[in-house]
Amino acid sequence: MAVNTDYLGRTFPATEPYEVSRVKIADFAEAIGDPNPLYTDAAAAKAAGYPDVIAPPTFPIVITMAASRAAIGDPGLGINYAMVVHGEQRFTYSRPLHAGDVVVAQSTISGIREVGSMTMLTTETEIKTVDGEHICTGFGTLVERGSE
Amino acid sequence: MTKFADVTVGAQLPPVSYPATRLSLVKYCGASGDFNYIHWNDRIARSVGLPNVIAHGMFTMAQAGRYVTDWAGDAGAVVDFSVRFSAMVVVPDDDTGAAIEVSGTVEEKLDGNQVAVALTARSGDAKVLTRARAVVRLP
Repeated sequence: MAVNTDYLGRTFPATEPYEVSRVKIADFAEAIGDPNPLYTDAAAAKAAGYPDVIAPPTFPIVITMAASRAAIGDPGLGINYAMVVHGEQRFTYSRPLHAGDVVVAQSTISGIREVGSMTMLTTETEIKTVDGEHICTGFGTLVERGSE
Repeated sequence: MTKFADVTVGAQLPPVSYPATRLSLVKYCGASGDFNYIHWNDRIARSVGLPNVIAHGMFTMAQAGRYVTDWAGDAGAVVDFSVRFSAMVVVPDDDTGAAIEVSGTVEEKLDGNQVAVALTARSGDAKVLTRARAVVRLP
């Protein structure tokens, strides 16, 4: 089934507020094997000028994935998730996330491109605090392999 | 901490090798919320045509992130970070797993004390990230 190009430019509802916690950041840092003290030691993070422990640069994927699921999972879009691989990822940051941030994320389908038998779908997801401060934008490109 | 004034365009940063074991992937599934079977289940990975269990692309991107933040000396210094996932990191079920070797070259010095670093990541014979680039703000 072809991907529905009518969805290009469509913005999906923002997620419920997500509170970034010290424990979740520490678990994520442990999972990626990164012992950087700024991820686990609040005193070290404060000494470096941050309000609390900060999150690694790829941590926002936890939040953007939840938001883009709303877009990708829309049955009207026609994506066959079993045939999907992650093609590209980019983040642009206004600042790092830190423990205590309460954020919402909202996804827009910003690209649908056919390349041979494959479809490349790009979602752009903005993470902002509940007060509207921009923190990070994630650009994720998923590749749906052709099923013939 | 790396200082903007001390950075030279074209400078090669020393490569670092990071391990990816089955345990790493199980932990990453839990921490990220991405429980796709191909990252932990041999049977299903092989049934969809993969050689074995493969690492999450975002796990590999995280290693490149660690590399560049360790070099910069400030984990909060990244302002732009992009990668293309060009090959799979195959993680065998043994005690050593796979290795992801990351290296970098200073590509450009930008306004606002920002430096662009071109990154590469390899696992075995495969280049697993291409067009990988991080921009960091340095003191």
